Amino acid sequence: MSADATFLDSTELVLNMGPQHPSTHGVLRVILKLDGEKVLGTDCVIGYLHRGVEKIGENRTYAQFNPYVDRMDYISAVSNGLGYCLAVEKLLNAEAPPRAQAVRVILTELNRVASHLFWLGTHALDIGAITPVFYCLREREEALKIFEKYCGARLTTHAFRIGGLQYETYDGFEQDIRDFCAMFVPKIDEYEELLSGNRIWMGRLKGIGILNAEECKEYGVTGPVLRAAGVKWDLRKAQPYSGYEKYDFDIPTRESGDTYDRYVVRMAEMRQSIRIMRQAVDGIPEGPVMAKVPKVIKPPVGEAYVSIEAPKGELGYYIVSDGSTQPYRVRVRPPSFVNLQALDRMVAGGLVADVVAIIGTLDIVLGEVDR
Amino acid sequence: MRALSSLLKKIFLVDLFQGLWVTFRNQHPKYIYTEQYPAERPQVAERYRGAPRLNINPDNGQTLCIACDLCALACPENLIVVGSERNLQTKRKELTFFTYDLSRCMFCGLCEDACPVDALELTQDFELASYTREGMIWDRQMLEEGPRPTPYKC
Repeated sequence: MSADATFLDSTELVLNMGPQHPSTHGVLRVILKLDGEKVLGTDCVIGYLHRGVEKIGENRTYAQFNPYVDRMDYISAVSNGLGYCLAVEKLLNAEAPPRAQAVRVILTELNRVASHLFWLGTHALDIGAITPVFYCLREREEALKIFEKYCGARLTTHAFRIGGLQYETYDGFEQDIRDFCAMFVPKIDEYEELLSGNRIWMGRLKGIGILNAEECKEYGVTGPVLRAAGVKWDLRKAQPYSGYEKYDFDIPTRESGDTYDRYVVRMAEMRQSIRIMRQAVDGIPEGPVMAKVPKVIKPPVGEAYVSIEAPKGELGYYIVSDGSTQPYRVRVRPPSFVNLQALDRMVAGGLVADVVAIIGTLDIVLGEVDR
Repeated sequence: MRALSSLLKKIFLVDLFQGLWVTFRNQHPKYIYTEQYPAERPQVAERYRGAPRLNINPDNGQTLCIACDLCALACPENLIVVGSERNLQTKRKELTFFTYDLSRCMFCGLCEDACPVDALELTQDFELASYTREGMIWDRQMLEEGPRPTPYKC
């Protein structure tokens, strides 16, 4: 810029997107640096929903902290609860009985379907397709009804307890799951009929926000975003937990790693979840649902890290115990937080309209990003 | 021939009626998902975790609570206060007051799990609105009687 240039000569325009923007899926503020319609760079401002969940964990007993983890990723509360319970069970050297493990797998997969449905609905809404959100929420309602019948809450379920389950399955639980699976498979076809071949959908998603396998590994991105780039990495297969090794399922992957591929991967994942649920519901073993854990949970001095495949990616819990009834430190590795870091790389060079599509495809939940 | 049938289709608005038939088909009550909430109250699940209730013995109207304080210890938000005093004749603890701050409750159900005598229970009542913050702090009487939402009149 020459000495007598004014600010009008500057090509860079800084624009705030959010924190109240409906397409940022919560309270994310993205500072966009623009050259006309072109995005030169982004800066994410997070923390608007910070509640200090990790610090709360240090001031609660192990059992008391369990309901709080549901409130991080509130779209997939069951997965959060599973990760926390597995981490404390690892500290205690306990294992949930086989029946509890089977029920845990069913509910977690049901929650994965519910989470992906919510993602699909809101993502399509961001792109401009209004119909899918009504369809998706209609089917998600059926999943939430099963949660309500099983544990008494729809969203922040608090379904699992350390050592197994608090609640035995209700009468007709298996039939409800089978009915859901039978009802849901044709619905996936319906969504794909609406979206997959749609010219606007393809035009808005194909070749947008490409993140290749190398970049994914550099950023530590996990979940469907990683698998859409062609990396066959799923913690359910790589380090099975809660009896996932017993079930037969595939890891859907795609090659190019663009927004459309991430959509295809998530749709395929829903079909795999239905497959796992069908296998699990046919083989729920009899027996107790609670392992022998003491009433007052006092793990021995030590530390444990457990990571599970949450709907959004690798969800890890690192818990340090000092031998008392309260954790010394709880650290959560949320998938949304790590995946959000790749936003700048995916957006750079694109258009403003693509920012919305890319935030949608990352499937972030701000409750989890800010904790 | 093709042109004639296409013309007739246009004259008799066949496409329009085909489209309207799809709309009409979806009027079947099976496909209606909207709940007419205040007029029709939804049936929540049997295990629903809603308003807390302090159960009483239906035979003599005495509370089932033994004032053991386990619910207050189990609560993550420390919102339960149990008051008790020792009865000198029977040498047993008796409940004097019980407060439950519903405004801070997250309905996790840990208190009802902890209760050894099934006195404290989360019920299916879900209409918990109040005009004041003080109204959200429930005392023993309120917990035993349960909420009384104003019924909606059409």
